[in-house]
Amino acid sequence: MSAAVEEVVTEAPAVEAVPKRAMTLGTGTSLVVLALLILAPLVVKNFVIFQLTMLLVYGLAVLALNILTGGSGQFSLGQSAFYAVGAYTSAVLMEQYNVNYALTLPISGILCFAVGFLFGQPALRLSGVYLALATFALATAMPQLLKLNFLEPWTGGVQGLVVTKPDAPFGLPMSQDMWLYYFTLAITIAIYVGAVNLLRSRSGRAFMAIRDNEIAASAMGIDVALYKTLAFGVSAGITGIAGSLGAIVVQFVAPDSYTIGLAIQLFLGMVVGGVGWLPGSIVGAAFIIFVPNMAENISKGLSGAVFGVLLFLVIFVVPHGARQVAIFCQQTVAKFRKR
Amino acid sequence: MTTLLNVRDLRAYYGQVQALHGLSFSLNEGSLTTLLGANGAGKTTTLRAICNMVRSTGAIEFEGAPLTSRSTENIVRLGIAHVPQGRGTFTTMTVEENLQLGAITRRDKAGIVSDIERMYAYFPVLKQRYTQQAGTLSGGEQQMLAVARALMLRPRLMLLDEPSFGLAPLVVRDLFKILGKINREEKVSILVVEQNAQLALELADQAYVIETGRIVMSGAAQEIANDENVRKSYLGY
Amino acid sequence: MELFSNQILAGISTGAIYACMALAVVMIYQAIDHLNFAQGEMAMFSTFISWQMMQWGIPYWAAFFLTIGLSFVAGIAIERILFKPLAKAPVLTNVAGFIALYSIINSSAGLIWDFTIKQYPTPFGSAPFLGSQLISTHQAGMIGVTILLLIGLYFFFQYTRVGLAMRAAASLPESARLVGINTSWMIALGWGMASAIGAIAGMLIAPVVFLEPNMMGGVLIYGFAAAVLGGLTSPLGAVVGGFLVGIFENLAGTYIPGVGNELKLPIALALIISVLVVKPAGLFGRAIVKRV
Repeated sequence: MSAAVEEVVTEAPAVEAVPKRAMTLGTGTSLVVLALLILAPLVVKNFVIFQLTMLLVYGLAVLALNILTGGSGQFSLGQSAFYAVGAYTSAVLMEQYNVNYALTLPISGILCFAVGFLFGQPALRLSGVYLALATFALATAMPQLLKLNFLEPWTGGVQGLVVTKPDAPFGLPMSQDMWLYYFTLAITIAIYVGAVNLLRSRSGRAFMAIRDNEIAASAMGIDVALYKTLAFGVSAGITGIAGSLGAIVVQFVAPDSYTIGLAIQLFLGMVVGGVGWLPGSIVGAAFIIFVPNMAENISKGLSGAVFGVLLFLVIFVVPHGARQVAIFCQQTVAKFRKR
Repeated sequence: MTTLLNVRDLRAYYGQVQALHGLSFSLNEGSLTTLLGANGAGKTTTLRAICNMVRSTGAIEFEGAPLTSRSTENIVRLGIAHVPQGRGTFTTMTVEENLQLGAITRRDKAGIVSDIERMYAYFPVLKQRYTQQAGTLSGGEQQMLAVARALMLRPRLMLLDEPSFGLAPLVVRDLFKILGKINREEKVSILVVEQNAQLALELADQAYVIETGRIVMSGAAQEIANDENVRKSYLGY
Repeated sequence: MELFSNQILAGISTGAIYACMALAVVMIYQAIDHLNFAQGEMAMFSTFISWQMMQWGIPYWAAFFLTIGLSFVAGIAIERILFKPLAKAPVLTNVAGFIALYSIINSSAGLIWDFTIKQYPTPFGSAPFLGSQLISTHQAGMIGVTILLLIGLYFFFQYTRVGLAMRAAASLPESARLVGINTSWMIALGWGMASAIGAIAGMLIAPVVFLEPNMMGGVLIYGFAAAVLGGLTSPLGAVVGGFLVGIFENLAGTYIPGVGNELKLPIALALIISVLVVKPAGLFGRAIVKRV
């Protein structure tokens, strides 16, 4: 069979073009959300504080994926691997080398950035389903690699490692859970602000140009290879920090906590939050944390089915995720003001 | 003469942008009508609106039956063959498969076989290349294939979107001769959109000039070709 | 050398499973341009239905063909009800839909038939094939069915009107509509066929991996990998890819030190990715050139 070359005009890119202005919230809304996040733990029980902290952790991980997919148009099912590297870095440093927990975060971030950047190199030649498969391979390999025998002195093998929960510093009168919440919140806000600024910068514009049309972007003189791997690195770095925080909050790391299932959850979080809309990350994180619990409460035996049905309902009603809801609200408010 | 296609107050939109602003025209049975105008005037949009490939309002009637609520494939099944801009060739399939696809809505096997032979008679070059993948044909050959594919439907009306686009002048002359022949011999009514106004006016009997989504001039092709003002201000030759 | 050729033979016999699944994957990819993550679960559910029929006393082949028919209809129904409304939604939303479908089918099967492992009969017997311990008559039969299926599909797509229309709709939807093809129904038909082929794959695989709701998880991944390796546009490529992945996996498990069962999958995937880096469209796929 003669392999004729098929020629297609680049169609609408797989990831929707979200203008960067539409990627964030207005100042007023941001302040309200911030106030809510600061006040929330003062009125709820300790377990809920723990859940809220996990919400922030997953929110960060979804945000990282959002930068990669929504920002640069690359797709990854391997986020769980970067998350695992971050979690283990913190756990090993804290437990085996007595490093302060706060110091392990930047180390994880830098290490994961490097891993992501390196992984981005071969991934450069792949796109779409091929990239999905490659990242998927990474995600399935990671738990197995963590179980390897010769790493056992550090990683604890299949058993994993228990991580000590840090106390509030300076004798602050708050519980460990509450301290961790505010600690996580501060880091989340810092990274969120950094991410917003990144996407508004020159590099952010390069990411988006690549997302919308790679060929045109390279014709404009954008170093496509550099920016694609950079996006991978940044995304992996943030995911790593999220992983570190997750390990500290859960107080435990084990290979089987970081399977492909986690990567799929993060992906669902991104879709539900709205691809390319950074504030949606927290909505998506809420979905992946609370909806499975809800499904469990509705029917124990059929919780998977209930979860699937709920997910279908969400994507039927708002195929563009929480972003669509936000846009709708904005328009309604604007209409109201005109009157 | 009976009216085959009647378009009234056609408005079309791409998202928020309106491309046609209340366009009306009609086409008689057996005629060869041309729609002229500059880039972005709305010629392609008009053809796409007839086949319901773009959101539009207004009335479009084919042999008295409304088209607006029909899907593209059902409009085609009424006997309207549309040769789109860029020819829409199925590049990975063979020339013969492309022709068979043109007749995919027909059930008469014998008729299809004889029609394919008839197309080869019109366009001998296609016969030479019938097992070749259509993507390997030259631009002119692909345009001939697109016209042949459209004729395989045995259409009542053929819509052609800039058939001369990207072709060498000699090839264009050939193609237009064949179009005239098809119009006369096969009794296929033709609506052709063109930027090459001079050539289109030589071929057509009726002409409409369209500007920013409105018809600004209509009449017999001969009259429009002879009107120096129109030629200079709208057609640029 | 003995070990080597035996491992290849063993690879071919597991490869037959992957080839079968990969064929279903390519089918649906052709029709809808996505990898359907729920495809393995659909196949698993079909297999359970055939098992249930046999429990009710329906003979093997009757249950086999009834299940194929039912799966075909169910595939079309799933497309019409769940995925047609998402046709205009972003691609990633569709992928989320597949995951939701996966979750629904897996959980329902668990509730109806529970998670215990069940024996599934084979029509070909399980004696050694041609005296070889590594490949049984069932696996030989499976390879035979896969090849028959491939030939059948080839004729369908090459020589029938509907096959031609489906190819046209998949390659250029707009042009296909302009020759009067109802592209939306072609997609539904693609779902139906993929579901039916998946059912065949499931029923052939079940005697080897045993029947349970999670039986297809691993198989589907290899099926995807095989389809991608062979080139997502080519049914023949999918089958060849399936056999190659089976061989890869076996050889890696035997010859690379420290690779236990656990690391077989990542290594097989890594190999596939290296192939893709060199040949991005897969071994048999068509290269697609993008124009700006």
